Amino acid sequence: MKFVDEFRDNQKAQYLQRAIHELAAQLEPTLSRPLQIMEFCGGHTHTIFRYGIEQMLPKSIEMVHGPGCPVCVLPMGRVDDCVTLAERPEVIFTTFGDAMRVPGSRKSLLQARADGADVRMVYSPMDALTLARKHPEREVVFFALGFETTMPSTALTVLQAEREGIKNFSLFCNHITTAPTIKAVLDEPDLMLDGFLAPGHVAMVIGLQPFEFIARDYHKPLVITGFEPLDILQSLWMVLKQFTENRCVVENQYARVVQPTGNQAGLQAIHNVFETREFFELRGLGSIDHSGVSMRANYTPYDAERKFAMPNLTVTDPKDCQCGAVIKGLIKPWECQIFGKKCNPENPMGALMVSSEGACAAYYNHGYTGKAA
Amino acid sequence: MCLGIPAQIMAITDAERCMAKVNVGGVLREVNIACIVDEEHPIEQCVGDWTLVHVGFALSRIDEDEAQRTLELLAELGELQQELDAMERSGAAA
Amino acid sequence: MSDKFTGKTITLAHGAGGKAMRDLIDAIFVQTFDNPELSSLEDQARFELADLAQYGNRLAMTTDSYVVDPLFFAGGDIGKLAVTGTVNDLAMSGAVPLYLTCGMMIEEGFPIDDLRRIVQSMKATADAAGVKIVTGDTKVVHKGAVDKLFINTAGVGIIPQGIEINSHRAQIGDVVIINGFVGDHGAAIVDARGELALESTVETDCQALNGLVQAMLATGADIHCLRDATRGGVATVLNEFAQSSGVGIRLKQAALPVREEVRGICELLGLDPLYLANEGKLIAIVAKSDAERVLAAMQAYSAGKDSVIIGEVLAQPVGKVLLQTGFGGERLLDMLVGEQLPRIC
Repeated sequence: MKFVDEFRDNQKAQYLQRAIHELAAQLEPTLSRPLQIMEFCGGHTHTIFRYGIEQMLPKSIEMVHGPGCPVCVLPMGRVDDCVTLAERPEVIFTTFGDAMRVPGSRKSLLQARADGADVRMVYSPMDALTLARKHPEREVVFFALGFETTMPSTALTVLQAEREGIKNFSLFCNHITTAPTIKAVLDEPDLMLDGFLAPGHVAMVIGLQPFEFIARDYHKPLVITGFEPLDILQSLWMVLKQFTENRCVVENQYARVVQPTGNQAGLQAIHNVFETREFFELRGLGSIDHSGVSMRANYTPYDAERKFAMPNLTVTDPKDCQCGAVIKGLIKPWECQIFGKKCNPENPMGALMVSSEGACAAYYNHGYTGKAA
Repeated sequence: MCLGIPAQIMAITDAERCMAKVNVGGVLREVNIACIVDEEHPIEQCVGDWTLVHVGFALSRIDEDEAQRTLELLAELGELQQELDAMERSGAAA
Repeated sequence: MSDKFTGKTITLAHGAGGKAMRDLIDAIFVQTFDNPELSSLEDQARFELADLAQYGNRLAMTTDSYVVDPLFFAGGDIGKLAVTGTVNDLAMSGAVPLYLTCGMMIEEGFPIDDLRRIVQSMKATADAAGVKIVTGDTKVVHKGAVDKLFINTAGVGIIPQGIEINSHRAQIGDVVIINGFVGDHGAAIVDARGELALESTVETDCQALNGLVQAMLATGADIHCLRDATRGGVATVLNEFAQSSGVGIRLKQAALPVREEVRGICELLGLDPLYLANEGKLIAIVAKSDAERVLAAMQAYSAGKDSVIIGEVLAQPVGKVLLQTGFGGERLLDMLVGEQLPRIC
């Protein structure tokens, strides 16, 4: 497949692996501990595990798997709201597949479906709108979640519903924003992160500027990174080059997809439909200022939170769960007290065990024989 | 976060709604292309474009030249390494 | 076909034991399956033990229920699946499959034309696999009590003397062989459900494997392990072998055949072909010294023409499967927890 296979090439991976080892060898004499580089995005975590990339790295480089998995950081209380909505007899509750398994305090959407709720998996919010057209007698609710990458799609779907005058469609908006979430990680006092691989598909929408504070104010090198394994290796090499050359800037490895100014039409749609929330709760990270968006007042008819009475309760995370510390890079997944014991993919306690992109689930599922042992 | 996949636009299926059929490895799916259409690149010119698709929306036109540049850079990195190895070998032999 | 049977849909009367049921069974099942064991219409099929003994010295028996949705999909249907699935479960022991049963649970209102099509598909598949459907049962249930149509088939076969295929027999140094492309069935079903609005020409790989297994055994090679990679896919079968045999298995991703379109569906939805279901793929573990002739015999057979070696058996890590990624890395390939769901992340 074009633009896919070329970026999974084994030969070029070897070049990069060698270049990374060479730069790491240069840096090693100056290091008192391994360099910690965070891939913020769950998609990157997935690629890193799927291709066994951590194993290709020198011991002096450690990957820290960040909180950029919207399914993982979804708070339990919001899942409960989803279940409550889905259980209404008039509602067809539509969602991306990977949100179905996230446990709420009562049950997951998968369990709600088993108990008779009309929960349907869709590939696109447009498919949810199609369902609304087909079932005018029902209320179709789409579970909108994801970072900025996903916002244009839900915003454009709402705009399309408005244009067509479709009244039985609404969003349950749980979108979250990248920069405030990264900032919350960076403001952690015990932070040991040295650099970032930044989410290429978020940057495809919002451009490079929102990431600049990380290099400028926090002095962490940052590379906007694509999602194929060569992209990850090349970006790591670029971060290391910044270390060796004593630079600290935002660089764009993913130039084939990311324009410096992002996607204007997408940003405009986001701006039209959504506005920043004062704060939003993220599982494992707690409440973060401006980390979420809600729908603007003129889209009230399309806002499930306003359209339906929602319990909107906050449910505290299980107290022995250490997801927060893992997300911030303070401990490794297997150092958590309940990892693999009380908390496993069959019965996830913490956010990071929920989705296959979560760091804990990734370690559990394809944990390395070497490093994780 | 944010699974995206390169796809090529095969046909415009509904210009008013900005819908187009894209091809991913021989699999076809209708997606919305509103975000990659503008005055300089009207919808009828989109057929043949490679785009990055996320949850049924094309969010970027893939820049073939940039993709090529990245791959060339990596190929050059390899050549450089080979030259260095050759120099080292000849140095060791001398 | 009997002219006295002209209804359009199945009603509860067709399951009530009276004349309507007799007509249905006669018109749809007996006439289609058409063999003396069934046509006698006794409550059981009867076999001469001496006839069975010519095939070997042990009886193999299995059962499976088929609830696939949709009933018809590219390259197959529930009827074909209900025959190949049970034939394959027998064949994986090395047995020669001989007889199948057919139990049907039908939702009232089910179109008779669809039923006829499914039964004809079962007959054609059974003929091609060299097995007979010799006894059956039909139940009609109230609307909603089953989803359209469920089929159960049980089967018996005879294992030839000296064949000892067993999932705990994988030995260090053995090689792992698969008979072709991975994930076709799972991808075809995702496509056929239509929920995700994809268009593709992927077809199920649904096929009987007993002929292929007999061709493999005819080489005289000692097949250590054999299993069809159905639900849970290739990853699950390899994990089962590693655990049962107390060995490690290394799978080489680059060697694993995956069709472009199946990859396309997987890339779009974030699925992994290694966990997709197959309905006509077997994984064999044989001694390295036997690998070449087994592979050659497989490739010479239609159901095995795309056969390749995809891995090897290792001493370590015990009970685990390593995936060599083709990108230079290596990772553990675990069993799937629950159902594979499309992801956005």
